[in-house]
Parts: sequence; structure tokens; C-alpha cells
Amino acid sequence: MSHPTPPGHAAPAGHGDDAVHHGTLRGYLTGFVLAAILTIIPFWLVMGHVLDNRWLTISIVLALAVVQILVHIIYFLHLDAHSEGGWNLMAFIFTVVLVVIVLGASIWVMYNENANMMPMPMQHPYQSK
Amino acid sequence: MNTTAVDNAGNAPSRFLCHEEPPAHNGTLLGFWIYLMSDCFIFASLFACYAVLGTSTAGGPSAAEVLDLPGLAVNTALLLVSSVTFGFAMLEMARRNKGAMLAWLAVAGLLAVGFVTLEIHEFAGMIAEGAGPGRSAFLSSFFTLVGTHGLHVSVGILWLVVLMVQLGKFGLTEANIRRLQCLSMFWHFLDLVWVGVFSYVYLAGVLR
Repeated sequence: MSHPTPPGHAAPAGHGDDAVHHGTLRGYLTGFVLAAILTIIPFWLVMGHVLDNRWLTISIVLALAVVQILVHIIYFLHLDAHSEGGWNLMAFIFTVVLVVIVLGASIWVMYNENANMMPMPMQHPYQSK
Repeated sequence: MNTTAVDNAGNAPSRFLCHEEPPAHNGTLLGFWIYLMSDCFIFASLFACYAVLGTSTAGGPSAAEVLDLPGLAVNTALLLVSSVTFGFAMLEMARRNKGAMLAWLAVAGLLAVGFVTLEIHEFAGMIAEGAGPGRSAFLSSFFTLVGTHGLHVSVGILWLVVLMVQLGKFGLTEANIRRLQCLSMFWHFLDLVWVGVFSYVYLAGVLR
């Protein structure tokens, strides 16, 4: 949208460096420092027993993981709206949506199923009547 | 740019709005990206298994009892540095600097070998103390998820060795550059999956 290609000028695909973003030293180092920080914090939280509330710790660890995954995608995988003419981003968004549905729904369904299960005594089911 | 296509019914051509040409020449990278996205589904389903079964220990050891966090920290550092050194190799590739590129690739590969070695050592230790994949649903899902990731890394190392031989023999040809770009994506992708593994399986796992 912001970069309309002029008519008659195909994107310069296939010329190696022009078409593909290899990243920069600065980009890789930025990604590395961010990833290292985002790794050290959760390890410190869990191994140092910093917080008393374990669900809060789990939430922070998972939130930092999501941030770190975004850091990897931007700085290491170089995903942006223009790589491969935007198709990479489209495929990625599609995947994220489906993964959220698959993961979220599975966990939701299975958790409820587990929680609503009748308590099962450790003996033959017919004897428990 | 607007492109036109004739629909199947053979009626008037329908028009699609594309701001950029679809990549025709260099479609390999897009195809490989789509492969990686499908690999995401494999890992997502294994993560879902672990999420559901992670506390089903069947009287066996729990995550807090068997998982080794200091070893995990070393493993995580190895994989992250390996990912960055692979990035350095790609920068050298862009400068057509073959020697330095091969050196960085070797560093990235050796770090990954260290990762796999440590992981196998951890697995062997767990199995030796009776916490093998057959012990409980938790351990089955743990070994399947972490083992699948480790298998990916191992195959990545094999791919790297083969590609380094090719690069040494034929140099930075167009085909080799394309292969290296695919392997680079694969390599970074595995580090990305590992973020999910160490956060969810290990760090959150020992707290559950």
C-alpha cells in the first residue's frame, strides 16, 4: 500500500541481494542482545524463586517468550510486510491464527474435560457401585 | 499492480489487486517459508499434548523433579549463539566472503552439535534414573516434543555439513546461495521453537 510498484516494473526478484533481505550486523546484534535479555529474565525469575506467586511467574515467563519470538521473527527471520511480496507475512498470520485456534481450543476443551471428569477410584469400575 | 486472470467458468476475467508482483523467480524461499509454517503445526500440536498431559505423572516423577534447569540454560545459550553466528555467516555470504562464511557456519554447526550432545546426555540421564518416555503421559509428551525439536536440529546439522561441502566445492553459486538462505531460515526457526520449549516445557513446567 505504501510501496506501489509502478506499472510495467516487476519487483527485481532473482537478483540475489536486491530481492532478499540478509539483515545487517547491527540487526543481528540487536536481536541477540534483546533475545539474551528476554532469556535471562525468565531464568532468573524461575531459578531464583523471585516471586512467591507461581501463576504470576508463569504468566510473565510466557509473555516474555511471546516477545522473544517476535524479536526472533523480526531480527533473525527478517519477516516484514515486503518479504516475498508480502506473502511471507500472509502465510505467517494465517499460521498464527490457526495455531491459536488449535492450541487454545485443545487446551480449553481438554482442561474442561479433565476438570469435569467423574473422580475415578483406582479399582475395577464395576465394583465401585 | 493489477493482474488479471480468467476464472474457471471462462467468463469475464476477474481482477485481483496486487501491489507487488507475486514472486515468480525466487519462489523457493516462499515455499520453504510455507514449509516452516506447516512445521509450526507439528510443534503446536506437540505443545498442545504437553499442555494437556504435562501434569499427568501417573505417580512418577514430575517436571520439577526431573528437569535440569542449569543444563537448560547452557543449551539455550548454545542455540541462541548458534543462531546469531549463522546470521554472521549470511552477512559474509552477502559480501561474497567465502572463507569467513564457512568459518562462521562451522562455528554455528559446532554450537548446534554441542546442543544436541547435551540434550542426548540429559535424555540418557533421565532414562537411566527411570524417567524414560514410557513412565508417564507427562514424560511421553515431554520426550516427543523436545525429541522432535532435537531431531530437527540434528537434521539441520546434517544439512549444514552437506551444504558446507557443496559450498567448498562449487562456491557461492546461485543455487548454493538459495540453499543457504533456506537453511538460515530453518536454523533461526528452530531457535524460535526452542524459545517456546524452554519457556513453556521447562520453566513453566517446573512451576506447574
